[in-house]
Amino acid sequence: MTWDVALILSIDGLANGAVYLLAGLGLVLIFSVTRVVFVPFGDVAAFAALSLAAFEAGKMPATVGLVLTLAALAVATEVVALVRRREFARIPMAIAGWGLLPALPCLLAWLIAGKPLPAAVPILTSILLVVPITPLVARVALQPIADASALVLLIASLALHFLLSGLGLLFFGPEGSRTAPLATWVLSLGDGFPISAQVLLMITSAIVLSGLFFLAFERTVTGKALRATAVNRVGARLVGIRPARTALLAYGCASLLAGLIGVLISPVMTMYYDSGLLIGLKAFVAAIIGGLTSYPLTAVGAIAVGLVESFASFFSGALKDVIVFSLLIPALMLRSYWATHSEEETEEVDQ
Amino acid sequence: MKPTIRKLAGIAIALSLGAHASAADLKVGFVTALSGPGSSIGIPYAKGIQAALAYKAEMSGRKIQLIQLDDASDPSTAARNARKLVEEEKVDVLIGTSGVPGSMAIAAAARESKTPMLAITPMTLAGDDSAWTVTTAQPVSLMISAVVEAMKRSGIKTVGYVGFSDSWGDLVYDGLQKSAEPAGIKVLTNERYARSDSSVAGQVLKMVATRPDAVMTGGSGTPGALPYLALTERGYRGPIYGTHALINADFVRVAGASAEGLLAPTGPVVVAEQLPDSHPSKKIALDFRAAYQRANGAPTTDAFSAYAFDAWLVLADAAARVSPKLEPGSAAYRAALRDAIFSTKELAVTHGVLNFKPGSPYGADERSRVIVKLTKGQWILQP
Repeated sequence: MTWDVALILSIDGLANGAVYLLAGLGLVLIFSVTRVVFVPFGDVAAFAALSLAAFEAGKMPATVGLVLTLAALAVATEVVALVRRREFARIPMAIAGWGLLPALPCLLAWLIAGKPLPAAVPILTSILLVVPITPLVARVALQPIADASALVLLIASLALHFLLSGLGLLFFGPEGSRTAPLATWVLSLGDGFPISAQVLLMITSAIVLSGLFFLAFERTVTGKALRATAVNRVGARLVGIRPARTALLAYGCASLLAGLIGVLISPVMTMYYDSGLLIGLKAFVAAIIGGLTSYPLTAVGAIAVGLVESFASFFSGALKDVIVFSLLIPALMLRSYWATHSEEETEEVDQ
Repeated sequence: MKPTIRKLAGIAIALSLGAHASAADLKVGFVTALSGPGSSIGIPYAKGIQAALAYKAEMSGRKIQLIQLDDASDPSTAARNARKLVEEEKVDVLIGTSGVPGSMAIAAAARESKTPMLAITPMTLAGDDSAWTVTTAQPVSLMISAVVEAMKRSGIKTVGYVGFSDSWGDLVYDGLQKSAEPAGIKVLTNERYARSDSSVAGQVLKMVATRPDAVMTGGSGTPGALPYLALTERGYRGPIYGTHALINADFVRVAGASAEGLLAPTGPVVVAEQLPDSHPSKKIALDFRAAYQRANGAPTTDAFSAYAFDAWLVLADAAARVSPKLEPGSAAYRAALRDAIFSTKELAVTHGVLNFKPGSPYGADERSRVIVKLTKGQWILQP
């Protein structure tokens, strides 16, 4: 291996690492607030990419149907819950919040589909389109069992992944898509090291977004409420933080991250309805390195996963994923050696 | 009440007589993947059969009854469906399925039940195993050798290979090695990637570092576009080659400009309009296009549907040579039909000309392949 090959591989690895970093942040965010390992995270990113591809092809993205179906399910769940508690006065609010709010991006998509507009408009719409997906899915399937053990939640989220990727096949079809690059110029580092602006954009977005995350968690009341819920749900409730509300916020933020990932990677990767799982799994390896709680360690883990993947593909293409997932073994061994063990909380918290 | 019952009984008897009268219809059992991961290939096959039915609904004076079942891209379901068709529906011939493993499973069922089978994918059968099965597809080695001949004509001495890390990638690599060596071409690399991979940058770098004269890939459909995209990104400008598995509209859409100039082998039907009038497949391929348009209301964009259509042509040709005294639905008819299929001579189909002989499932020869070049999103026939 020569230096130029190593440099090219490193840049490729950093670009991949940036994607895993964003996905890892989303996974840690959801896990720390709700104890759910959100497996369908990557699927949401894939839906954003496929929506953008549909806009570029001048078609109405199938995501609209998906979001509206989920919204209908969420409204039904919420209304049934309210009727059972005999809180009829809150039904109109529930319909507005769970039914009409998610329909807004769909309306926007319907307005702009097939029209020649500057590239930013379909990109923003694609991100907005997928934002409701995670909160809606969580409302229907995860909130009713929010107090179950972490294992039950993991299995439920795994089932959700199969559901979402099945719906993806139904709505988007089996063929993959690519979208036009967000930036086309190429930065030339000396002789023969072209770095495409897309890669720079991916790395910059990851740095900026993780910076914003840090600020939001350290400096805002909402961020502190999220952290409080993550540390201790009962304690958070005692000081007036509603776990269901913070969970909703966490799902919403994660969905937004997934949407960003989708539009960032779709110009450099061919996205299929089921491409999300592998992105989610590699981000999961990064999140495990961070112990599913630490954002900075997750970032380090994500970069490591990206670099290892890139170099592994050079040394042995066929064994690439095996090498990446083998990272889990030393990571888990080190963690179990150093980490302080805490008994899993057993308190029952009702919503 | 009584007259009603009598009337109903009368109707029932009439119906059963009617059913009996049509028992002499030729029954065709067709299995394909209409759902599951293989459906992107399975659905075109089903459309090809619909086109065939629109083209020819009667064979030597007998009506055709087509019974179609979905195998959900699962080989064991394919075998189960084949047995169901043979035992319950008493079909005279089996056609299917869209996946190679499923086709092998059906071939086993066909051999056990002594029912002739027309496969529409490449098969690895030899000797007695293929006693009841023929395929309308070309052998992979035949297609790859066409690519190697094209390389030789362009004076290429070394070639880099990158393909899927599955049996398709192996098949193409083996075929490439076998025909490249006698042609004096050296295969420099054997890089692999998974269908679901998002990047092949590492593999492509390694391949480009060996400085090959040309690059050959062993992928299929849209995931097959990945190496070409990565090669363009790395500034590779040399000639690129591929296999017939790349030829569909979605590959062209995803690969875009990076696959410009790609040379690949395929069946003549893909470039039917560009064939010289003397080509044996020209007329039938254009007829197929018209029948497909009539049956499905859209033009063809793939080579798969034509394999199913060819199976129909083989069946029609063979059925015409079975003694009219034999009635469909009997073991004697099936055996005679098998013998007729295996004595098919110089039958012009959309994918060239077929000659079947006992002992091998393949009937295709050099006339069943052409080399095409991707030029501005269109496949152009190369002389």
